[in-house]
Amino acid sequence: MSQVDSHLIEFLLRQGDNPLILGHRTSEWCGHAPALEEDIALANTALDLIGQTQLWLSYAAEVEGGGRSNNDLAFLRDVYDFRNVLMVEVPNEDFARTMVRQFLFDAFQVPWLTTLQASSDQRVSDIAIKSLKEALYHLERSSDTVIALGDGTELSNDRMQTALNYLWPYSGEFFGEDDTDKAMEKRDIAPLPVSIRETWNSTVSSTLDTANLIAPSDPFAHSGGRTGVRHTEHLGHLLATMQTLQRSHPGAQW
Amino acid sequence: MYAQSIRSTGKAVQSLEDMSAEDRQFQERINRGEKIEPKDYMPAAYRENLIRQIGQHAHSEIVGQLPEGNWISRAPTLERKANLLAKVQDEAGHGLYLYCAAETLGVSRDDLFGMLHTGKMKYSSIFNYPTLTWADMGAVGWLVDGAAIMNQVPLQNTSYGPYARAMVRICKEESFHQRQGFHIMIAMAKNGNDEQHRMAQDALNRFWYPSLMMFGPSDKDSVHSAQSMAWKIKMNTNDELRQKFVDATVPQAEFLGLSIPDDHLNWNEKTNQYNYSEPDWNEFNDVLAGNGPCNTERLDARKKAWSDGAWVREGMMAHAAKKAERKAERQAV
Ligand SMILES: [Fe+2]
Repeated sequence: MSQVDSHLIEFLLRQGDNPLILGHRTSEWCGHAPALEEDIALANTALDLIGQTQLWLSYAAEVEGGGRSNNDLAFLRDVYDFRNVLMVEVPNEDFARTMVRQFLFDAFQVPWLTTLQASSDQRVSDIAIKSLKEALYHLERSSDTVIALGDGTELSNDRMQTALNYLWPYSGEFFGEDDTDKAMEKRDIAPLPVSIRETWNSTVSSTLDTANLIAPSDPFAHSGGRTGVRHTEHLGHLLATMQTLQRSHPGAQW
Repeated sequence: MYAQSIRSTGKAVQSLEDMSAEDRQFQERINRGEKIEPKDYMPAAYRENLIRQIGQHAHSEIVGQLPEGNWISRAPTLERKANLLAKVQDEAGHGLYLYCAAETLGVSRDDLFGMLHTGKMKYSSIFNYPTLTWADMGAVGWLVDGAAIMNQVPLQNTSYGPYARAMVRICKEESFHQRQGFHIMIAMAKNGNDEQHRMAQDALNRFWYPSLMMFGPSDKDSVHSAQSMAWKIKMNTNDELRQKFVDATVPQAEFLGLSIPDDHLNWNEKTNQYNYSEPDWNEFNDVLAGNGPCNTERLDARKKAWSDGAWVREGMMAHAAKKAERKAERQAV
């Protein structure tokens, strides 16, 4: 039983840490976006992601049963306890990287959350149903943006291609597989991530085609985020910022 | 207020008898409380003043995103992070409504941005002050949005229709923001630990006088507002609004257990209002002249967002044009 629980916690942290860290990155755009409409849309996306985080991490904290809250999980864990994929923690860099990342992530989240709706775990299913509505909207927006800027000017195409080349090696980690994944599959809580790889491939390749962008052919994939084995150097800086108040004023209520 | 550096015509207000027939009819419509709509006749000076006022107000909303945006990445809990993010997003939305209202007067959003970036148009002095601790998120919501509401509630009745309607939408959200800010102050000043209480007091100390400055110069030094008031694009004098703000805020500070940084603050039995010290108008003029603590950073941030985003806006436009072209080709076949 305890074995299963720790796998479930691990699984839930993976679900919650992705939107937490991506939501944090996305929120960095607030007040700095290329146009007012984009500023509002990015803030909207960040808000959805933070909302999803609250649901996943609350459940993770409950399963853990140690009296920690979702805020404790977000603000008091260190780098090696985070379970987000590496792609979401790398810096925004520019609007191109931000939107290509969002697209690659959304193209994963939509089929992923779709299958999680049928999870044998009622809470997982409930959170997936709620999050999927948002993810569908995010995918619509991010793929439109990728197409527009890929197809736009020579410069915008170049920016998007550069972003894609940078991010591509981080996309393989979506489909990682370890004992936790196997345990989730066995209990019908979640399928193996690799089971949605074809769907992801076809969404991505059709959008990139329309956008005149070329997926790199090198199959190399970074890993270490979703297992917590080895994050990038960027995560520590992100956490130093995000966790500053909770760390410097232990126990304070805000 | 958000349009605190408006200089009107500087001329005395014309009497109805001295006006042209058109201008007289226009002024009479305003006197009757009618709304002026974009296609209606309006004197050139009315249009010009409105463009400046709405433009400054719009700029204040988007520059106003920056001091609060400064704390989104450091918000102490997930709820606070979501609330602050939603608040700063609302401010961008306010900017959008107001730029749209200004556009009905025949000026484009890009032109207005251009004037902001070159310093030709201003934004409220308040956003040139730094946000240094989390308590500033409370103080800004409580005091800055509180002061904004004092000004904006009467502007819901301003004579220009699109501006008045934008204000109605904005006011609803601003009062929500003010409550949100006050709740942060309650959590820190009333229910928090000593350190949090200290942060809250420090935030009040730093934001009190800059908030008073938001209403603009004292009436005795503000000779230009008569015309704006006749046109109903300004509804109250600066001192009226400032007094109203002080009277509303002092009891709230008492409730929080915080002290207003003014030794001369006292209740005046005769006038039934508070006597208070005026802010340092030299500092105010410095900030308006570009020498506030954060003027350079704020403007640079806006200019950087604009120039970094140029390729995005151009790319989107190029794509839209190509799409239209492809559609036309398909239809021609
Ligand atoms: Fe606002």
